[in-house]
Amino acid sequence: MHFPFLSVIVFTPLAAGLLILLYRPDQKKAIRYTALAAGLLALALSAWVYFAYDKSAGGYQFLEKYTWMEQLGISLYFGVDGMSVPLVLLTGVVMVTGVMISWGIEDRPREFFAFLFILASGVFGVFASLDLFMLFFFYEIAVFPMYLLIAIWGWIKTREYAAMKLTLYLFVGSVISLIGALAMYWQTGLRTFDMLAISQAQQAGAFDGMVRIFGASVPFQVFWFLPVFMGFAILGGIFPFHNWSPDGHVAAPTAVSMFHAGVLMKLGAFAALRVGIMLLPEGAKFWSPLVMGLALVNIVYGAFIASVQTDFKYVIGFSSVSHMGLVTMGFATLTPDGLLGAGMQMFSHGVMTALFFAAVGMVYDRAHTRDIPSLGGMIKPLPLVGLGVIVGSLVSMGMPGFSGFIAEFPIFRGIWATPRWWMAILAAISIVVTASYVLLVVRKVFFGKMPAELEGHIHPINTLDKIALILLMLLMIGIGVFPSLMVPWIDSGVRQILSLLGGV
Amino acid sequence: MDFVLDNILTIILFFPALAALVLLCLPKDKVRWLRGAALGASLIPFLLSILLWLRFVPGLEGYQFERQYAWYPEIQSTFHIGVDGLSLTMVLLTTLLTPIAILASFSISERVKAYMFLFLLLETGMLGVFLALDLLIFFVFWEIGLVPMYFLINQWGSEKGEREIWKGIKVQSRNYASLKFMIYTMAGSLGLLLAIQLLGVLFGTYDLQSLTSQWTGLDPEAVLLQLPRIALTVSQVKMVAFWAFVIAFAIKVPVWPFHTWLPDAHTEAPTAGSMILAGVLLKLGAYGFLRLVLPLYPQESYRYAGALAFLAVMAIVFGAFASFGQRDFKRLVAYSSVNHMGFVLLGIAAAARAAGTQDAVLAMNGAILQMFNHGLSAAGMFFLVGVIYERTHTRNLDELGGLFPLVPVYGGLLIFTSMASLGLPGLNGFISEFLVVRGAFGVGVNLPWTAMVVYTSIAMIGLLFTGAYILKGIKSVLHGPVNPHWSAPGHAVSEITSREILVMAPLVVLILVIGIYPAWILDIINKAVLTLFA
Repeated sequence: MHFPFLSVIVFTPLAAGLLILLYRPDQKKAIRYTALAAGLLALALSAWVYFAYDKSAGGYQFLEKYTWMEQLGISLYFGVDGMSVPLVLLTGVVMVTGVMISWGIEDRPREFFAFLFILASGVFGVFASLDLFMLFFFYEIAVFPMYLLIAIWGWIKTREYAAMKLTLYLFVGSVISLIGALAMYWQTGLRTFDMLAISQAQQAGAFDGMVRIFGASVPFQVFWFLPVFMGFAILGGIFPFHNWSPDGHVAAPTAVSMFHAGVLMKLGAFAALRVGIMLLPEGAKFWSPLVMGLALVNIVYGAFIASVQTDFKYVIGFSSVSHMGLVTMGFATLTPDGLLGAGMQMFSHGVMTALFFAAVGMVYDRAHTRDIPSLGGMIKPLPLVGLGVIVGSLVSMGMPGFSGFIAEFPIFRGIWATPRWWMAILAAISIVVTASYVLLVVRKVFFGKMPAELEGHIHPINTLDKIALILLMLLMIGIGVFPSLMVPWIDSGVRQILSLLGGV
Repeated sequence: MDFVLDNILTIILFFPALAALVLLCLPKDKVRWLRGAALGASLIPFLLSILLWLRFVPGLEGYQFERQYAWYPEIQSTFHIGVDGLSLTMVLLTTLLTPIAILASFSISERVKAYMFLFLLLETGMLGVFLALDLLIFFVFWEIGLVPMYFLINQWGSEKGEREIWKGIKVQSRNYASLKFMIYTMAGSLGLLLAIQLLGVLFGTYDLQSLTSQWTGLDPEAVLLQLPRIALTVSQVKMVAFWAFVIAFAIKVPVWPFHTWLPDAHTEAPTAGSMILAGVLLKLGAYGFLRLVLPLYPQESYRYAGALAFLAVMAIVFGAFASFGQRDFKRLVAYSSVNHMGFVLLGIAAAARAAGTQDAVLAMNGAILQMFNHGLSAAGMFFLVGVIYERTHTRNLDELGGLFPLVPVYGGLLIFTSMASLGLPGLNGFISEFLVVRGAFGVGVNLPWTAMVVYTSIAMIGLLFTGAYILKGIKSVLHGPVNPHWSAPGHAVSEITSREILVMAPLVVLILVIGIYPAWILDIINKAVLTLFA
């Protein structure tokens, strides 16, 4: 009997969320432990799927298909390949650490965890979906709870503004992509949303026709790639549509920021890959220079903006914009190295940013400020947090020995292999800028003298916080020293994408 | 035993890092355990290096004790390590200086666990650079070495002083120094990173030997990189890549004018940190020149040897002048590193221009031996500065004075090490500086290359000022009227302790032995030079 791993992974958070809603609001212990149990289950299953995935065989594995609407060709179709299985694992990790970090939430934890888990289900669903309609369905399920989570539990000063901005931006983005997806649905003539079938149709030439617009004739793939890719890339923080992200990060409560930067932005990049690049490869090749250019702006501009921020969370928010630019860049190069690096960067940055936001949350809970000039000397009361932030900083500047280097290096190699090799030189500037601002921020917040107002208010972190930090650190160091822990998986996914691109 | 010999390099390389992890499990208040464990752990690689030295066969082509493991096959990088005469010398220097520096660190009493942990990690980082035969692994260890040193300076550096880091923001001097060190070096290695990426993409490998033959074998006029209206030929790209490599290594050596991070970093670092910075980390840069720049870019090295020689002479002369002008003893010694490393680069520049000649061999021998010698004397000098600082809590030369009668043994050691730094015949410094000057001069006369004759002559005048600043240092600290402050009961300066003498002893012995009988090391260096560069 074939155990439906992926369905269980996708629906466990949802089921747990609904279960949690049935508790009484004061049953806080039960709520928390149910949440943790669900998270651990999802993580354990994700890890199982990760290690059981056959890298040499490649392709989509753990397939499950349940027909939903025969007439429209929509089915609940799950499967993972080398690119998505690390992201499923990442989601499991962020889910568990997010629950651990949110253990202390006193304001309606029931609703909080319920919405968080609906979000988690949506994320798992997108990564595992091989049905185009269900991909959008899970995408919306992932975006909508963000509004509630930020608007209700977020930072009181900007939460409503940020929640509205984020949700509108992401919905508009998904609508733009949806239009493109529907165009693909109709073009194949197969009346199915099955992405594998659509992909085969594309390879057989279904998308080789022309689109007539304003009297001009544009190839189908070239016309539709931009809306489909950009719609999803908005969630990936692509310039100039990245603006929702820093405000969203800052306004969100800690665990939601961890999800947001750690997983949600990867959702966007991943969907852009799955739906944009893999289903419209000729379009991808055509628009590669533009997307590379936009990604370059992300990388460099993001780093510079981060360096002038005074709110710790804004620094990390803009740094995420910069690092996601690397992911987009890697994808846009359409080279084996670039795709490999982008895949690694999604995981590496996901872990790193989850750690950063967890750390910021811990500092903020104690100091009640994120203003960097007002902070200092945090390493004494919070040594493990400081260590975590140091490790995270080294990852963000691409220091060898950590996962950031394992990810960034192939991306740069990928850029060199394109006609726009000069972008590598410009993008490299961001490394130094990142190093300088991250070192300065860490030094100011964690070292030096603690301001008098904060003395005595910084109580130590609890065991769950420690476990979360250590887990995240070990992942970053482990992959940095032994890239073979993840690279072969991504590599098998890349090989499949390359065959679609015609071995570019 | 077979297992040890078969994997000797891997063990030497990773033992310090593993020991560091084990150290983390020790209780942080058992300071004596931590110190003892760290010292013991650092002695193991040293003993293994001696074994390596004895089993090494000088003069063989290629590398010995090679090992290659898959690491990141998707970008064609393998974990490839091996040793030849050049790297063996450097490995010995590193594994010798680390236990000595750890012993010197016994006076540190704050957060000893973190300190020793970082120190052992640093050792692995440095050794990795010297042992790497894969360009990517070289870069990985090159960067990794920065992190422990950043924290060592930042956290255990001298607590006095403030510097302005950015528009009115003042930080402690040690923070300024460590940040400058890190950012400066990283910015320099950016060019190196880009060039390495390019090489990897072009040739599908990072293996040094393979890359060297392919990179030098390219047709110089062929188009390598294409832009919409500009086509860059191989020789144009090579020139840019050459300078990218050179700048990264020049910052580390340091070569004037990329040296400005050094005085701050060396001065603010804790004693043992300065010992390792000056003793080993600077040699990483010079090693980069020898291992990577000269073999990968022979034509460019030939062409720009004059520029490098000029910069070397500037380092020698300006380093000496700057040293002479210092009031801070530690800063004086810091600038002396700029001065001494200038000779290394002078030798390299001479050899780059006259590759294959007898003079080039002499110059190269001198350069490599100078790397080893300076490691010994700089470590010694910084340690002695640290000794006196711990007693007097000042490095100001005007305040110190007339200490000789109070601390005669210390005085003797200081004079001895200073003489080694000065290049007194009979001590190690003389041998290497003489070889460099003889080789460079010979290159200038025999090639002929008039500019080199001029450069060498100026360098020798610079040597005069080396003597001046060394003697100034000794005079200000040891001679003259005793400052009554130091002999007053209560804060009398105490004599050097046996632990401190133990730190100096190996350095003193080696300095003397190399000065009188250099053949044991010069032979290995010479054979390596002949196989690598002749």
